[in-house]
Amino acid sequence: MKIDRRSFLSLGMGVAAGTALSPLPWKLIDDISIWTQMWPWTPVPEIGEVNYVNSTCTLCPGGCGITVRKIGDRAVKVEGKEGHPINSGGVCLLGLSGLQNLYGYDRRIKTPLKRIGNRGQGSFQKITWDEAISEVVNKLSEVRSTGQAHAVSCISGSDQGTVAQLLKRFLTAYGSPNFFTMPSMQDSYELALYLTQGIQASVAFDVENSDFVLSFGSGIVEGWGSPVRMFQASSRWREGKGKVVQIEPRLSITAAKSDKWIPIKPGTEAALALGLASVIIKESLYDKEFVENYAFGFENWKDDAGKTQIGFKQFVLEGYGPDKVAKITGIDKSTIISLARSFVRASKPLAIGGRNQGRSTSGRLNEFMAIYALNALVGNINKTGGVWSIPKPGYIKWPKVEMDDVAEKGIKEPRIDAAGSASYPYSQYLLNRVPGILNSGQENPIQVLFVAGANPIYALPNTKAVKEAFDKIPYIVGFSSYLDETAKYADIILPNHVYLERYEDIPTPVGFQKPFIGLAKPVIAPQFETKNLGDTIFLLAKGLGGTIEKAFPWDDYETCLKETLSEKWDSLEENGYWIDSSLKPADWKNAFKTASKKFEFIAAGKAKDIASLFGFSSSTLEGDEASYPLVLIPYDSMRLANGFIGDPPFVMKAVEDTVLKGKDVLIEINPETAKQLGMSEGGFAKLATPVGTAKVRVHLYDGIMPGIIALPRGLGHTAYDKFLGGKGVNFNELIGSVEDPVSGLDATWGIRAKLTKA
Amino acid sequence: MSKLDDKKTDQKGQEDGVRGFIILFFIIGLFASLIVGWMIFPSLLYSKKKQPIDFNHVLHVEAVDQGCESCHYIREDGSFSGVPKLAQCVDCHEEVQGEDPEEAKFVNEYVAEGKEVPWLVYSRQPDCVFFSHVTHTKMAEMDCATCHGAIGESEHSKIYEQNRISGYSRDIWGKNIAGFKKNTWDRMKMDDCSECHVKNHVRQASVQTKKGGCFVCHK
Repeated sequence: MKIDRRSFLSLGMGVAAGTALSPLPWKLIDDISIWTQMWPWTPVPEIGEVNYVNSTCTLCPGGCGITVRKIGDRAVKVEGKEGHPINSGGVCLLGLSGLQNLYGYDRRIKTPLKRIGNRGQGSFQKITWDEAISEVVNKLSEVRSTGQAHAVSCISGSDQGTVAQLLKRFLTAYGSPNFFTMPSMQDSYELALYLTQGIQASVAFDVENSDFVLSFGSGIVEGWGSPVRMFQASSRWREGKGKVVQIEPRLSITAAKSDKWIPIKPGTEAALALGLASVIIKESLYDKEFVENYAFGFENWKDDAGKTQIGFKQFVLEGYGPDKVAKITGIDKSTIISLARSFVRASKPLAIGGRNQGRSTSGRLNEFMAIYALNALVGNINKTGGVWSIPKPGYIKWPKVEMDDVAEKGIKEPRIDAAGSASYPYSQYLLNRVPGILNSGQENPIQVLFVAGANPIYALPNTKAVKEAFDKIPYIVGFSSYLDETAKYADIILPNHVYLERYEDIPTPVGFQKPFIGLAKPVIAPQFETKNLGDTIFLLAKGLGGTIEKAFPWDDYETCLKETLSEKWDSLEENGYWIDSSLKPADWKNAFKTASKKFEFIAAGKAKDIASLFGFSSSTLEGDEASYPLVLIPYDSMRLANGFIGDPPFVMKAVEDTVLKGKDVLIEINPETAKQLGMSEGGFAKLATPVGTAKVRVHLYDGIMPGIIALPRGLGHTAYDKFLGGKGVNFNELIGSVEDPVSGLDATWGIRAKLTKA
Repeated sequence: MSKLDDKKTDQKGQEDGVRGFIILFFIIGLFASLIVGWMIFPSLLYSKKKQPIDFNHVLHVEAVDQGCESCHYIREDGSFSGVPKLAQCVDCHEEVQGEDPEEAKFVNEYVAEGKEVPWLVYSRQPDCVFFSHVTHTKMAEMDCATCHGAIGESEHSKIYEQNRISGYSRDIWGKNIAGFKKNTWDRMKMDDCSECHVKNHVRQASVQTKKGGCFVCHK
């Protein structure tokens, strides 16, 4: 009797047979396979009753209506609002991913913060709201008591709406004229409207009704204007209701979708517009009724001193004939002539400008003037399918600020940027000039800086210079909801609610034809200890007391908003927007508030001569050709948010691998140019401009003109979260700020560059 | 020779002994694994949880007019409300009404605190399953009990058994470990849904995609 090896083998066989006859293996396999379909770490939507909240998206100036689907207290999806005047049910990728700006906890600021590390390092300690308010109030009182009230300034994302106006009002009551907004093409458009029509208004484009769109580099389907509205207009044109001619040096998505793409030497768009005007005038194709009866300065004219001044007609005929323009722009003479003819022959032609999304820079005034003049020549000012001017909604009617002596004195001090002074009489805000002034001066014109709804350290050109300027400012107060580059630079942060947690009015979406106000509404309760910026302003004012406190007689921001919008509130609360659909643009007899009561090609008394307004000059690019043989231009994409808001993770996922590979950005270069430089697809290269350098990878692209290289905006963040930060290069680190000679606005469109193999 | 014979007999005896052991070991192995597979494994596979409140369906059904739908109703948009939220219960249970310690516990711990009861849902399908109550109970006029059994006649909440691997409730996964079904509600996995759909010649394809099989329930 012995138990041997075979006994154990037999035991094993018994176990195997028994197991096979039991449910164990089969159920295990089944359960494990089910488990793989339901990883416990996969997020699963909440279960519960669905409800919807209508609101307005504020992630870009487009003003789209959104409907947020909620289950219980959790927002689960952002959808476009059906029947909304701006986006009628559509929504863009960024808007759709908006919840990641709400629930993306890594990028949000959760409580008031006070800096403990170096600036930009991002080391903060949590403080309470009481501590934060009293610290800022103490700082403001201290500055005010030393007679430096005007040295408190504010950078805001815009000057529209109650929150921006409350900030401005705060500065006024405090005693500072130094309120700034971030640059955008609207600055130049509004200036062009003022100079030609004598009105302070917003420009609007009746894109839904135009049948020929001549776009000078505007990214129609890449975020220009109000993006979703433009997609929908573009779809209509694609259905045969209109033609699009896209003029830009790069085959963008807009160019690819257009009926005709005309590559142009970048920076010469103004010359082309004038060239087209010269063909239209020479061939006598312009709208005679408009030009002869409602326009001034077309023909030569006599000024008050009796001296003959050159009019627009002689100016373009002499200076911008198609031969000369062909040379400047690199476009065939025949193309220029036929383009001018097609533009005029269309029944509702429309010329638009503002490159890419038109949001990062104001652009050159002469370019906007020349494009605007094309619209005037075909008489589509305030006409169906044309360019309209829309009065700014005047619903903010607060009583005038009662100022104490300090405020009276401070407000009279000249603005830091000299906007509105004799040098720049027509510009309101020239933030682009501020870093240069701060960096060159010995004294410190800014003691305290507020930053609200803006990320200037990331989004202004020449990041290094901007940082240097910020370093000179002793005290920076951030109001951002996100720990972005500028917030990381702040000394103290008083975080605002995210747009889905707060009330806010969003007036006048870019380029929309009717007076319009959108309302952002709290979709869910605030997730963290944040406050609506409006309420924060009230608390600061209360802390300072006196006339400053009196300037804000409201209990809270919500009350202020309701009172301000008064009779419009019901419509806003119910529909999420208010619209004056009855508004028709003023007819030509009443539209122009200039001295001549006409559309002025040359604003009499406002400009030196016609050449100063329209004249093209080629010397607008930073850098010398010998050291920097290439020209670097930026491009914008719907997949890369590039302003105050950074890409949420979902949107980053949509960035093509010809734009971003791993952590490296790809620079677009024509294969011919790449061959000359000995570069091949995917190779690493060193990009140098007079402003900065960067490591990039090369992407050969037939759709870009030889000698031109292009980088996307919206990458190269050093803040936010791991999904966005540390990927690619910030275009603004490579580009400087070039000042427009007339307006003083930022007119940068590119820079000279050198690309060497790395 | 006898020595040799002895040795042979010995060997034979040994051989028989070894064979005996082989068979014995096989049987031990077989039975042990059968016991493990049929008895120990099934009890290990499930975690057993008690509901936070022992709920008496009988008592509640008596007190309402519309049967199950009084509390488990179809919402206006056609979706199913599922297990009642606290707000529904509060209508009657703002204060303790009876003697039952479970009710007192409910009122004190949940109603007073405004906290939702974390009910364990016996019939919760996984997220990948699209199921519409309204099509089954209203359009096909099926009884709740066809799928849920006589839960409305229970005086106590039964133990909630959850599969430790897949996370399924045992009511979905199958009551019987061997997979034998006595009642329609004993199990509600894919095959059980399709069995009924095939038998009744209903919806073999998705409404949206017109595609068959999978897309009826997996959108």
